[in-house]
Amino acid sequence: MSEQTANHPLYYEMANKFPDAIILEVRSGFFGAVVKSQSLLDVAKTLRDAYSFDYLSAVTGVDDFPEDRMEVIYHFFKSIGGPQFELKVFTTRNEPTVPSLTGLYPGAELQEREIWDLFGIKFTNHPDLRRILMWDDFEGHPLRKDWKEPFYEEDVKPFKNRWPEGKARHSENTNPFQDNVQYPREFNPANWTGEADHLMYKSLIMSGEQSSNIIKTDQLVVNLGPQHPSTHGVFRMVVVLEGETIVNLRPVVGYMHRNHEKIGERNTFLQNMPYTDRLDYLSSMSNNFGYSITIEKMLGITPPERAEYIRVMMAELTRIASHVMSIGFLMNDLGAYFTPALYALEERELILDIFEAVAGSRMMCNYFRFGGVVRDVPEDVMKKVKHLVENRLPRKIDELDRYLTKNEIVRTRCEGVGVITSDEAIAFSATGPILRATGVPYDIRRADPYSIYESLDFDVCIRNHGDVYDRYLLRMDEIRQSLRILRQVLNRIPKGPVISGKPQYLAKVPAGESYGRVEGPRGELGFYIVSDGKPNPKRYHVRAPSFINLTGLAQMCKGAKVADAVTILGSVDIVLGEVDR
Amino acid sequence: MNGFGIVKGLFVTIKHFFTTYWVDLFHGKKNKTRAARRGMVDSAGLFTVQYPEEIIIPSEEFRVIPFLIYEVGENGVRKYRCTSCGICAKVCPTQCIYITRKKDEVTGKPILSPEEFYIDTDKCMNCGSCAEFCPFDAIKMDHDFEIATYERGETHIYSKEKLGKPLEYYAKIRPVNYASEEAVRHEKASVH
Amino acid sequence: MTVNGINIPNASIPPDLQHQVAVTTLDKIYNWSRSNSLWPMMFGLACCAIEMICTAASRYDLSRFGMEVMRPSPRQADVMIVSGTVTKKMIPQIVRLYNQMAEPKYVIAMGACASGGGPFKEGYNVVPGVDKFIPVDVYIAGCPPTPQSLLHGLITLQKKIEKEHIPTTRWYKKEDVVEIPIPVLGPDLFDPRKSELISLETHKPILVEEPVTESGDAA
Repeated sequence: MSEQTANHPLYYEMANKFPDAIILEVRSGFFGAVVKSQSLLDVAKTLRDAYSFDYLSAVTGVDDFPEDRMEVIYHFFKSIGGPQFELKVFTTRNEPTVPSLTGLYPGAELQEREIWDLFGIKFTNHPDLRRILMWDDFEGHPLRKDWKEPFYEEDVKPFKNRWPEGKARHSENTNPFQDNVQYPREFNPANWTGEADHLMYKSLIMSGEQSSNIIKTDQLVVNLGPQHPSTHGVFRMVVVLEGETIVNLRPVVGYMHRNHEKIGERNTFLQNMPYTDRLDYLSSMSNNFGYSITIEKMLGITPPERAEYIRVMMAELTRIASHVMSIGFLMNDLGAYFTPALYALEERELILDIFEAVAGSRMMCNYFRFGGVVRDVPEDVMKKVKHLVENRLPRKIDELDRYLTKNEIVRTRCEGVGVITSDEAIAFSATGPILRATGVPYDIRRADPYSIYESLDFDVCIRNHGDVYDRYLLRMDEIRQSLRILRQVLNRIPKGPVISGKPQYLAKVPAGESYGRVEGPRGELGFYIVSDGKPNPKRYHVRAPSFINLTGLAQMCKGAKVADAVTILGSVDIVLGEVDR
Repeated sequence: MNGFGIVKGLFVTIKHFFTTYWVDLFHGKKNKTRAARRGMVDSAGLFTVQYPEEIIIPSEEFRVIPFLIYEVGENGVRKYRCTSCGICAKVCPTQCIYITRKKDEVTGKPILSPEEFYIDTDKCMNCGSCAEFCPFDAIKMDHDFEIATYERGETHIYSKEKLGKPLEYYAKIRPVNYASEEAVRHEKASVH
Repeated sequence: MTVNGINIPNASIPPDLQHQVAVTTLDKIYNWSRSNSLWPMMFGLACCAIEMICTAASRYDLSRFGMEVMRPSPRQADVMIVSGTVTKKMIPQIVRLYNQMAEPKYVIAMGACASGGGPFKEGYNVVPGVDKFIPVDVYIAGCPPTPQSLLHGLITLQKKIEKEHIPTTRWYKKEDVVEIPIPVLGPDLFDPRKSELISLETHKPILVEEPVTESGDAA
C-alpha cells in the first residue's frame, strides 16, 4: 500500500463525516482511524448506529514511552460477522484522560477499569473507576514502560547474566527485603492505614434498588469468595442481598493476576508461547492457536496444510475437553456432588492422554509454532483419536445427555435462571456460549473464518432463551458439532510437512500491529500485538473471553436467589487464569 | 413424577459400579497387565490406576525437568554432550538456565564444555524449549516426576552433577527419538 | 493389609498369630492412623488446581489414601495443598486460612509457582514462594506436576508424618501456637514482622548511584 491510503475503506466515509476529528494513521495491521478524544463518543455512536458496529470486542492501552503519548485502541465488530474497525485515541502520559465508552458500550466497563489500573489512563464519566486487578492502594501503574518491578533485571530477554558467565542465584538476594517487594520512600508500615473495601460496600448498598415490598428489609452484603468451592478458583463476588434475593452484585477479580502482559512484553515472541498455555489452562491448545495466528498475520506466513488440520483437530479436542469439564462442574454447582464431574473428567483424561503423547504435557501443551506445529502426530496416536472420536466420545456424550438433560433437578434449577437477552449480551460484549445461548449466531469460526474452518462443514449452534439451561444445552450441541468437525478432519488430513521452513527460535516480526482472534471454548480469544521490529513485542494484550463475559454477570444475577448465583457463575464458565491473566 | 430423577440417578451409579467389576473380571484377563490396559482409549472396566503400585507409563514426549546427557568415558569420567553454546539459556522463557563456559586455564580461551550448568527448578515451566532447540542433542526432557522434596533453597537449583544422566537412560525413556537422532548422527559422521 | 505398616520391626510374634496381632508403639499407631486420614482442603489457586481435581477424580483417586474428603472449610482440613501461583492480593487470605486450620496441619506447595514463584516469579504481583509466609512441609516441582507427581508428594508427606514423635509435636506443647501475622496490602505487600526493616530501608538517605552488585550467590 502507498503512504497515503488507509487500510480500511470505511475510513474515508468516517473522515468525510467527521473531517475535524479523524486523523489518518498508516501502520501495517491497523484497520481504522485515529480519533481526537473529544469526539470519540460521537464517532463511536455513528459507528454503532449507522454502520452497525454494535460489538465492542476489546479495549486496550499502549504506552509509547519514551514519546509522551499513550494510546487507547478500540476493536469494533459487527455482530453479524465480518472484519473489524478500529478506533485509536491518543493522550499524553502526564495527564491521560479519555472519555469513557461505557454509556454506549457497557462491555467496556471492566476493560476500562483494567486500563486505568495498569496504565493510569483516566476515563471520564466511568461509573466505577477503581483498580481492578491490583488492590486500591497499590503504588504505580505497572504496564507503563518506565515502571519497574522489584525483580526487574533487564528490559529484554534473554538476560545477559545467564550465559556465558551464568551463576545461579535466587532473585530474592538482589532485593534488600529478600522478597518481591518495593516501597515508596519515607514509607512507614507502622503508620499504615489502608483503605479497605468499605467504600465499595457502601456504594453497593446505595446503588442497589429498594424492592417494592411492603415490609422494609435491611440489605446485607455477603462475600462469596475468594476462597469458596463454587467460584472455580480465586474469584470473589460481593453480593447485596435482600432476604435471599440478589439486589446487586459486583465481581472482584485480580486474585490471580500473574502479570502475563508485563512479562510478555519482555519475552521474545516465541517465549510467549508456553505462557499462553497458562492463560486459560483448560484449553491451552486454543490459546496457542490464537497467539500463533496473530503472529503469523504479521509474519505473513501460512502453515502447511497438514499442520492446519492438526491445529484444528487439537483445538476441537480442547473444546470437547473444556466443555465436558464445564458441564461436569455446572452439575457440581447444582449440588450433584462430584458424580457427573467424575464421568466428565474420565473423557477429559482420555483427551489429555492424546495431548501428552503429542505435545508432551497434559495441560501445558506448548505445541504450536509460528508456521506450523512442533511435531507430527504419530500414527498410533492418530488411531487413538479416531477411536475416541468415532466410538467412545459420541457414546459417552449421549450417555451424559441421557443422564442429565431431562433430569428434573437440573431443569428446575436451571430453566429461567440467569437470563440475559441478546441485545444485552451484545452490549456487554459477551462471547461464546453466553452470546449464542441468547440466539445470536456469532461464532468466529464462521463470522470471521480462520485456518481451514471455511472448508469444514458444521453448524453454529444457537439456543434462544439465554438462561443457564440453554447454556448447558448449547455446550452439549457444540461438543457434537466438534465431533462432526473432527470426523471430517480425520478423513481428510493430508500427508506432508507440519511446519513451514526451519524451526527458529527468533521470529523476525516486522513493525506493525495485529489483532488476531479465535473461537475458544469460552468465546472470542483475541491477541493484540504491537511490534516495533525488535525481538520482543512492544505491547502484548490478551482479550480474555472469561474476563469480559463477567461484565454481564451482575445483570444475570439480579433478582435471582443467592444459591442461583453459584449456578449462574458455573454456567458462565470462567477460568481464573484468563480472567486475571 | 417427582423424585423419580433421584432413583434414576442412583441406578446409574450402581450400574456403573457393577459393570466395571464385571468387565474387569470376565473380559480383562485377555489383556496383558492391568496398568497397561488402563487409561487406554478402548479401556473398559475400572478406570483407576493404583499409583504407587502401578504407574501409567508416560508417553515418549512427556516432559518434566530437563537433564543433561553424558557418555561415560575412560576412568568413569562423565563426558557431557553440552558445548555450552548457550542456546538453551537464550530460548528459555523463564530464564532459569545458568551456564558458565569453561575456559582454558592457560590461554583463557573458551572451551566447548560447560564449567557449571544450573537449572532453577523453581522457575522451570517444563516447556521443552531448551530440548527442542539444542543443536547437539545434549539437553533433553526427563520423565522422572517423583521429585517431591522436604525443603527447597539449594536443592531446587539443580547443578550439572544432578542434571547429568547417562545416554543409556535417554535411550531407555525415549527410544524412538533416540533412534532417529542416532541415525542422523551416524550420517553426519560418515560424511565427514 | 497394612499390618506391616504399624508393626514395629523385629517384633517377635508367634507364627500362628502373625496376621491377627500387631505389636506397635503408641507413636507408630498414632502416626499411622493420622497419615492415612489426611483431609486436604479444597483450595485451588491456578493451573495446578485442575491437576489436583484430576487427582481426586476417578483415574488417580485420592480416596485410596484416605484423602477423599476435600473440605472447603479450613476448620475441617488437615493438609493445605497450595496449588498454583500465590499472588500478593491472595496471600492475606491464604495466611488467614492457614491460621484457621486446626493443628496438626500440613502444607504442600504444589508446583513451581507455589514453591518459588515459578515462571511468573519476575511479576510484580507474585509472591516468590508461599514459604515466605507459611511453613511448607513438602515441595513438589513441576509445572504443573502431574497427578501421579502430586500423589508422590502426598506419599512423601505421609512418610514425614510417620516419623513424628508425640512428645515433640508442636501441638502438644504447653505454650500457645503463635499465629502468623496477616500480611497487609499497602503500597506494596508488607509483612508486619518485617516492619522495622522496611521503615529502616525506606528512610535511608539516597546514596549516589552505584553499580549493581550481585550479592549472595547461591549454589
